[in-house]
Amino acid sequence: MTDITSSTFVRRNLLTERPAPVKTTGFVGLMRTRLFNSPTNILLTIVGALLLWFTIIPSVRFLLVDAVWAGTDRTACLTENAGFVVGACWPYIQAKLPQLIYGFYPEAERWRVNLTLFLAAALLVPLLVPRLPSKGLNAGLFFFAFPVVAFFLLHGGGISGFGLSWTAGILQLFDDSIIGAGQVLLNLSKTSAMAPLLWVIGNLVVLVGTAIYWLIFPLTSLRDQLQGTGQSVWADFAITAVIVSLIAFVLGGGVRTGWRALASSFATFVAIAIVIKLMGLDHGGLPIVQTGLWGGLLVTLVVSVTGIVTSLPIGIALALGRRSTIPLIRIFSIAFIEFWRGVPLITVLFFATYMLPLFLPGNFTVDGLVRALVGIALFTGAYQAENVRGGLAAIPRGQGEAAAALGLSWWKTTSLIVLPQALRHVIPNLVNSFISLFKDTSLVSIVALFDLLGSLRASFSDPKWSTPSTAFTGFAFAGIIYFLFCFGMSRYSLFVEHRLNAHRRT
Amino acid sequence: MSTEARKPPAQIALKIRRILGGKAGWNGVAVQFAFAAILGWIGYEIVSNARANLENQHIAAGFGFLRNNAGFDVNQTLIPYTGSDTFLRVFVVGLLNTLVVSVVGIVFATLIGFVVALCRLSPNWLLSRIGELYVEIIRNLPLLFQILFWYLAVLAALPNPRQSISLLGIAFVSNRGLVIPRPIGESGFEPFLAMLVLGIVASLALRFHARRALFQRGQVIRIWPYVLGLLFGLPLVTMLIFGLPFTFELPQLKGFNFAGGSRIIPEFVALTVALSTYTAAFIAEIVRAGILSVHKGQMEAGSSLGLSRGTTLRLIVVPQAMRVIVPPLTNQYLNLTKNSSLAVAIGYPDLVSVFAGTSLSQTGQAIEIIAMTMGVYLLISLVTSAVMSVYGWRVSRSLGA
Repeated sequence: MTDITSSTFVRRNLLTERPAPVKTTGFVGLMRTRLFNSPTNILLTIVGALLLWFTIIPSVRFLLVDAVWAGTDRTACLTENAGFVVGACWPYIQAKLPQLIYGFYPEAERWRVNLTLFLAAALLVPLLVPRLPSKGLNAGLFFFAFPVVAFFLLHGGGISGFGLSWTAGILQLFDDSIIGAGQVLLNLSKTSAMAPLLWVIGNLVVLVGTAIYWLIFPLTSLRDQLQGTGQSVWADFAITAVIVSLIAFVLGGGVRTGWRALASSFATFVAIAIVIKLMGLDHGGLPIVQTGLWGGLLVTLVVSVTGIVTSLPIGIALALGRRSTIPLIRIFSIAFIEFWRGVPLITVLFFATYMLPLFLPGNFTVDGLVRALVGIALFTGAYQAENVRGGLAAIPRGQGEAAAALGLSWWKTTSLIVLPQALRHVIPNLVNSFISLFKDTSLVSIVALFDLLGSLRASFSDPKWSTPSTAFTGFAFAGIIYFLFCFGMSRYSLFVEHRLNAHRRT
Repeated sequence: MSTEARKPPAQIALKIRRILGGKAGWNGVAVQFAFAAILGWIGYEIVSNARANLENQHIAAGFGFLRNNAGFDVNQTLIPYTGSDTFLRVFVVGLLNTLVVSVVGIVFATLIGFVVALCRLSPNWLLSRIGELYVEIIRNLPLLFQILFWYLAVLAALPNPRQSISLLGIAFVSNRGLVIPRPIGESGFEPFLAMLVLGIVASLALRFHARRALFQRGQVIRIWPYVLGLLFGLPLVTMLIFGLPFTFELPQLKGFNFAGGSRIIPEFVALTVALSTYTAAFIAEIVRAGILSVHKGQMEAGSSLGLSRGTTLRLIVVPQAMRVIVPPLTNQYLNLTKNSSLAVAIGYPDLVSVFAGTSLSQTGQAIEIIAMTMGVYLLISLVTSAVMSVYGWRVSRSLGA
């Protein structure tokens, strides 16, 4: 063995320090790696910077620097009076703010709008925060109780009956229609070639109608008697409460397990009674504000919230129908969905405004806002159906089969096992649909409803505020509102998506 | 002793039950009957109410009104039209206007969308941020808002024709719209057109041949010089022989307005700008998602086979990305076509505006007119989805799935 040290080089003095590696983090690193790392990139960066320079700077100047902040009419926003090229004319927004938010809602009643918005926010925020408990109760309040309360708050008016009267009324309407159809058939049988057949069918239909009439006779006579008493609403309410609670008790499992259902039904009715008493619905309620007076952000929010609340059940029903194996229901669902998805929303609104009134009985007038709401609900429902269907398809077959093996019925399998999982999957898609619904509400301004955009457009024609920058100011304001709502929703959908995919994160 | 497998019992009853009532069996049949009864009842109510209401309003149902004189003017027509033409012609005029704004919008939306997608995918930080900003802002504002913004704010703020903004002296932008040079056909027009068509056909044939040679014999044929010659050289030669195919008539400012050139109405400009920028934001996201969906390994595999970067992109990455891009892209094209109906808000004479708007208010034939309008859009979207399902079937077949 030779001496290792003699044949191997051993460094005896320290090396000079090498320079630190090029920094690739932080702002300088970013500039080095992502902005100025090659001639092409330098060129692109310069182009981008120029683009920003010519868009951001003028926007900021318009909105803040060159803006006029105080004034009473257009003279304050004219260049010759202000002494500089005027940007945004904020006093105009200030003057038009009530119109842009409430429309022509009477000034004395605006607290009702504020209260409704507050209620909505108070119910919605806990629903959106995943950590907070009792989502079921919260969702029930928001999706069922809130729309009713909001209707009586915003529109006003009271009720003259309750569950019993309504049920009796609907059944009677249905029965009248059946008997009417039978009469038409009988009339036809006098002239038609297939007289005997039509006569038989007509008589059969009339017979069915008469049978139903006697079947519901106790109900209608009870209603007529109640109408005679002074306290018809409360008497009706009490009877409805007793009947519904009994049904809940029996369906809930009778003496063995039905007490829980009875208690919750009882609690619900107590809550309803409190609401009726508080709002005075039994004797007229709040003064009525016709929907023609509603406008601005109020209409935008009413249309979008109603669309959201009504489109989801429609969508779920259609999605289940489309997956059903029963031929007629599947065909109907497919046709319905594809029809509404194939036409533009504006034609749907035209349909709802001009065609729907023709389809209803002549003495039955429907409010313009309600017509638009029906159109939007059907339209959005079809889109939601496709979203929900995506979720249903993502649930493994085994889930449904396991539930069937446990002996659950189709309804229980669907409502307890499949739907909850499917809906969870598609929350981001549903929220994205809500965003496009919110944006699409602006279309109601075309059918003569004054939503935020419609009110804005109407305010442009006010000669008191006509300046060169009025239109830009108005669009800037409305744009900020729309952007805040839509951007907020899209961030929320991202947040939920992130949360749902938490187990997949690496 | 061998045992023959017994034939399964005849299951005709079961099959009939399955066909009639689905998995639910006879219950399903009962449900269907109830459902059909409800549908029939609703249908009966609708028909009888509509009949009664129409009688009350003294409106004659039916499509006879289509032959009546419309009696109003339309400010943009692709086919000759006067106020004394019929409502049927109004329908065609509106439909053509819808189609033209959709096609122009689709072209611009695709261009802008691809540019924005490339910006977002760019390694340049600033550029990708700008792309993101564009997408976020445009997607979170309603389309109607944007249309009205361009029409009521931007176009209205433009100067009048006398002070109009000149684009290189050939096109002029003012608050009365955009004036562009109008091409006028000359004597050399027909041969030029014929040669152009010939060039395109020949190039396609050449490409087909080259691809066959590549895929069957592995032979690479360089075709682009020939294609270039066919597409540009051939028409150029005809131009030299037969003279210019067309000349441009430049717009001239005369008095208060322009003479000569073609005028594009401001409604069209506003609608096209809004539709294409709005749809571009969605297209950008689709294209970006499509390109990101191709695994990085594909690019690396291509380069390890010795393909150049451009060839890898062209032959490996883009075809795979296109499979992801095309279906939602078609959907966006369809959306753009449907959204062009918002023209009614600014008075661009599209189908909804002139037919479901003006004609409806003049005749009151709500049922027929709205059904026809909806039918047109429905037809367009059903045809598109049929084409897309054929495409999907072909893609899945080529994948061997």
